[in-house]
Amino acid sequence: MTSAEIREKLKNKTVGVAGCGGLGSNCAVALARVGVGTLILTDFDVIAGSNLNRQYYFLSQLGEPKAAALKRVIHQINPSVSVIAYEIKLDPEHILRYFKDCDVIVEAFDQAEEKEMLIETVLSAFPEKPLVVGVGMAGWGMNESIHYRRSGNLHICGDETTEISSEIPPLAPRVGIVANMQANVVLEILLQS
Amino acid sequence: MRIILNNTPEEFDQEIITVDELLKLKKFTFKMLVIRINGNLVKKDEYNTALVRDKDDVMVLHLVSGG
Repeated sequence: MTSAEIREKLKNKTVGVAGCGGLGSNCAVALARVGVGTLILTDFDVIAGSNLNRQYYFLSQLGEPKAAALKRVIHQINPSVSVIAYEIKLDPEHILRYFKDCDVIVEAFDQAEEKEMLIETVLSAFPEKPLVVGVGMAGWGMNESIHYRRSGNLHICGDETTEISSEIPPLAPRVGIVANMQANVVLEILLQS
Repeated sequence: MRIILNNTPEEFDQEIITVDELLKLKKFTFKMLVIRINGNLVKKDEYNTALVRDKDDVMVLHLVSGG
């Protein structure tokens, strides 16, 4: 497939990204660069200085809501992407409402509880819809532990082991690897369909 | 029974077990889990009743924070 054919195929696709932190911001930027037509972004948080060690934001954006800030970043990279940004803390009802027409959903939350809520909601409500989750990416090194596996419509990226803590923080390299692995899976799904 | 657990073949002496028993046998003590049997989601309140049988395809995903 040529770059032009890829862009043509992606321009009618919609991807939902739940969370615009380390995983979501990097994954959404990768999807925007390759030309996914519509991105639906959700996040309730604002950008803090501590986010800049891994999230796709800039010093000039400190204090801005992440979803809206990411929309502006994306439009500086690829203005042809249609971005819908919601400043909300996603609950099951929002998931059903905002993500029902997405071709693929990306799970990009921080907290394990939130990840569980999203996965359970999507698997129950949309058993056919591809869901790409990121699980386990704290710390540094250990490239060999990061992997991909699949169970039906659930696609899992990460090491599935390392949990963030004060001694094992999330850092740009491993978070970026998993975010881009997620984008790579999304691309594979979209180009197959 | 023989099952597929997270894409790997596993053998158990029992012919049938609950999800709770499977988690104990495998020493999975995590709190945040997503479990599917043959693609069907098993909710938390079903762990002590949902059954794992011969030839089942079981996925256990342990959720850790970070993102």
